[in-house]
Amino acid sequence: MDGVFSVLDPLLSGLGHMVDPLCGPVGVFSFFPPDSIVACGATGWGDEIAAGLKATLGLALATLPVGLTLGFFIALALQSSEPALRRAAGIYTTIFRGLPELLTLFIVYYGAQILIQSAFAAMGFDQRIEINSFFAGMIALSVVFSSYCSEVLLSAFRAIPKGQYEAGDALGLSRTNTMVLIIVPQLVRIALPGLMNLWMNLLKDTALVSVIGLAELLRQTGVAAKVSKQAFFFYLLACALYLVLALLSSFVLGFIERRVKRAEMGR
Amino acid sequence: MSATLQMIPARPAPPKAADRLTASRLLGYLWLAFWAVLGLGLLYLMVTGFDPEKFAKYGPRYLSGIGVTATLVSVSVVAGAVLSLPITFARMSKNPVLNAIAYTYVYIFRGTPLLAQLYLLYYGIGSFKPQLEAVGLWWFFREAWYCGFLSLTMNTAAYQAEILRGAILSVPRGQTEGAKSLGIPSRIAFRKIILPQALIVALRPYGNEIILMIKGSAVVAVVTVLDIMGETRYAFSRTFDYQTYLWAAIFYLLIVETLRHVWDWLERRLTRHLKR
Repeated sequence: MDGVFSVLDPLLSGLGHMVDPLCGPVGVFSFFPPDSIVACGATGWGDEIAAGLKATLGLALATLPVGLTLGFFIALALQSSEPALRRAAGIYTTIFRGLPELLTLFIVYYGAQILIQSAFAAMGFDQRIEINSFFAGMIALSVVFSSYCSEVLLSAFRAIPKGQYEAGDALGLSRTNTMVLIIVPQLVRIALPGLMNLWMNLLKDTALVSVIGLAELLRQTGVAAKVSKQAFFFYLLACALYLVLALLSSFVLGFIERRVKRAEMGR
Repeated sequence: MSATLQMIPARPAPPKAADRLTASRLLGYLWLAFWAVLGLGLLYLMVTGFDPEKFAKYGPRYLSGIGVTATLVSVSVVAGAVLSLPITFARMSKNPVLNAIAYTYVYIFRGTPLLAQLYLLYYGIGSFKPQLEAVGLWWFFREAWYCGFLSLTMNTAAYQAEILRGAILSVPRGQTEGAKSLGIPSRIAFRKIILPQALIVALRPYGNEIILMIKGSAVVAVVTVLDIMGETRYAFSRTFDYQTYLWAAIFYLLIVETLRHVWDWLERRLTRHLKR
């Protein structure tokens, strides 16, 4: 197995390098002269910024499935017939929609650190523990994403007529099957515009994780700005790269939306 | 022909379904219990960890932080509202150049993170010190508060412009046509007929925008403005006491929830003529 990976790994990284939009053979930064400040090498900041862009995208893409799943179950809890469940889910959304994202991030980051440290201290180990900022950022952003997502999904749930559930019952489908086969496909269609907005917000919120030290886009450009003393250029570059990410995702999301809308055409 | 002369005697009510402990009910109770334990635990942490010395030292700082956040947000929301007017009109004008400029402005400010905009203003523009001194603007870009104010204003102007545009477009065309047929000049028709109806539609989005601004204003702490978040980071860096963040959370939650309820009341009050 190890042998397969040792062959695959350089192959994959080589492939990744080929299509790298910033530092690859046809990357943006490779059009600049090799001694320029954004060149991809030891002298320029191009490769660092490219790595930061990858970290930003990776964080957003890792947060999305967790946040969506959590948000789906919280939306289910919010529309449950059980008052206790509704109340508990309501507390969750109130807290995480009321707190600034930056504060949630700090609370998760330092809170997890203190919790783990005190747990270790209780077991007899005494050492400083620093948790991974990617992981902390992912948890904090997922929690924030899920609480907004639950709100979007809840209003989508309300837009689906009750007859759809009754039809599922009449066909003898189980609860799970009704949900998966009948409700969710319609839910996605209704909730998609709201979810697209949330994705854009998520992409922007990843910038906050730079504050707890994740080497993502804004952090990397910030380091470059401090070292090279060209703050304006590098922060402008950061803004431009975020804009490119937003543009690209609106293209992709537009494609998904058209694709999902196809089912509606027949009606 | 037959007629029923005797009524069927009343049946007893069906037996009440047993109050079973369903899975969702159990989950709800467990979750609520979790919140209760968490809340009590935090309360316990705060009571046992209460330090009068720290309270005397950082309490007033927190209060001034609340003041800074409140001023910063209210000033930038108002300034953003003023700035959003020309953007909205440019966006709705038939002139393609104006339209494109306004669209680009809105897209740029909504597409990039507030933190990046803030860095660009504070560190980026701030790096042109000699030029700024020559123009006489250095006093503005030297202060983190002013930079925070400017970036929050420009950011919220983009969002408020979209809110206002959506609201104005949501007023039915017939209203404009009605005003025209009554011979009302378009300027007055806009001010007295279109805008009041649009503002009612915009009320809720505006409330959401203010809440987003309160939460978004926390990022100015990163460039050394001492708002609630800034004071919290200061206190944490001195004491390494986790409570500092809990106090900040309490303050933010209180502010946001109060504002939300006040806004709900305001909306009910202002739309009572629309209730049937």
